[in-house]
Amino acid sequence: MTPSIDPRIRRADLDGASGFGALVENENWTPFAVFHQDKRGERHEFVGTIHASDPEMALLFAKEQYGRRKKTVNIWVVRSSDIFTFAHEDEDMFETVPDKNYREASGYPVRKRINKYLSDKEHETV
Amino acid sequence: MSAAIKNLLLKIADDELIIGHRNSEWTGLGPILEEDIAFSSLAQDQIGHALANYTILQKEFGEAEPDVVAYLRTEKEFLSCQLVELPIGEYDFSLMRHFLFDHSESCRYELLLKSSFIPLAQLAKRIKGEMKYHTLHADLWITKLGAGTEESHARMQAALNEAMPYALGLFETSDYEDELISTGVFVGENALKTMWLERIAPIIEHANLKMPDIANIDPKFGGRHGYHTEYLQPLLSEMSEVLDLDPTTKW
Repeated sequence: MTPSIDPRIRRADLDGASGFGALVENENWTPFAVFHQDKRGERHEFVGTIHASDPEMALLFAKEQYGRRKKTVNIWVVRSSDIFTFAHEDEDMFETVPDKNYREASGYPVRKRINKYLSDKEHETV
Repeated sequence: MSAAIKNLLLKIADDELIIGHRNSEWTGLGPILEEDIAFSSLAQDQIGHALANYTILQKEFGEAEPDVVAYLRTEKEFLSCQLVELPIGEYDFSLMRHFLFDHSESCRYELLLKSSFIPLAQLAKRIKGEMKYHTLHADLWITKLGAGTEESHARMQAALNEAMPYALGLFETSDYEDELISTGVFVGENALKTMWLERIAPIIEHANLKMPDIANIDPKFGGRHGYHTEYLQPLLSEMSEVLDLDPTTKW
C-alpha cells in the first residue's frame, strides 16, 4: 500500500500494530448532541455535536461553539447515546405509496383555492 | 479628579489587554478543540473589554485613540499587574490565572455598577453577562481538575501556590485610592480584595485545593506603577510587531 501523503492518516496507524487509538476509559470524551434555542418559546433545534467529559462541560463548550455566532437564549445538551433512532436501512418504512399522498400535508392543494378566493374578493370590491 | 479616573481606567484596560494577549497564545494549541475555541473566545472578550476602557479614555479625557494607547506606549507606561504578563506556562497555570484574574475582574465590575462615573457603570452593566460565563468556565475547570486525579490535583495546587503572590499584586493601591473612594467612583483596591477572597475561597475549597496562607505572602507589587517583570517587554514587542513596521500605515 502506498503511504498516504496526509500526515493525519500516517499518524493514524490504521493497522493498529502499536495499539494507538484503542479506546481507553476517561481518555475519550462522550459525544453530546446540542440543541439551540434562539428565542424564548421557540423550539430547540439540533445544531451539531461536541465532545465533553460530562453534561456540565458539554454546556460550557456548547455555549461557545453554538451560541457565539447567532442569537441564543438557551441551549440543551443530550448524550448522543441517549438518542434512540431507526436504522438507516429502514428508511423505506417512511416511503408512501403514491395513492396515499392525501396523508401528506402537501396533499391538500388549498393554496390555489385561497388565491382564487382572494382574487374573486378583489374583483367584488372593484 | 480626572487623573484618578484615568489611572483607574488605564490599569483595568492594561490588565485586560495583556491577559487577553497571553491567553490568545493558546489558540490552536488548546488541550482539546472545544476548549481551544472557548479559551480563545474568552481571550477575545478580554481584548474587547480593554478596547471599551481605552475608548472611554479617548472620549471622556481626550486620550489618544485605542490603537495608539495599546500599541505605542513604552513598558514603563503600562499599569497592568504582573500576574497578567507572566508566560502562559502549562495549561494548569493558565487556567489558574484565568480563575484568579477573572474573578477579580468580575468583582471589580460588580462594584463599578454603582460607580458615580457613569461611563464605567454603563460598561460594567454591559459586560455582566460575559463575566458570568468567564467565571463559570474558570470555576468548572478548577473544580474538575482540583478534585480530579492525583496528578491534576497536584498540578492545580502547585499552580495556585505559584500564582497567588502575583494575584495579590493585582490589588496594589495607587496614589488615588482616597479620591476614588470619597467621590464614589470606586470603593478601592482593599475592598475589592476582600470581596475577591470571599468569592474564590469557597470555590477553592470545593475544588479540594488548599488556600495558601494569604497573610504570610508578599504580594508581587510594582505593576500598577510601571515596574514589570522581564516578560512584559517581549510581549509588547510581539504585539506591535506588525504595526512597528510602519506606525503611520492606514488600516
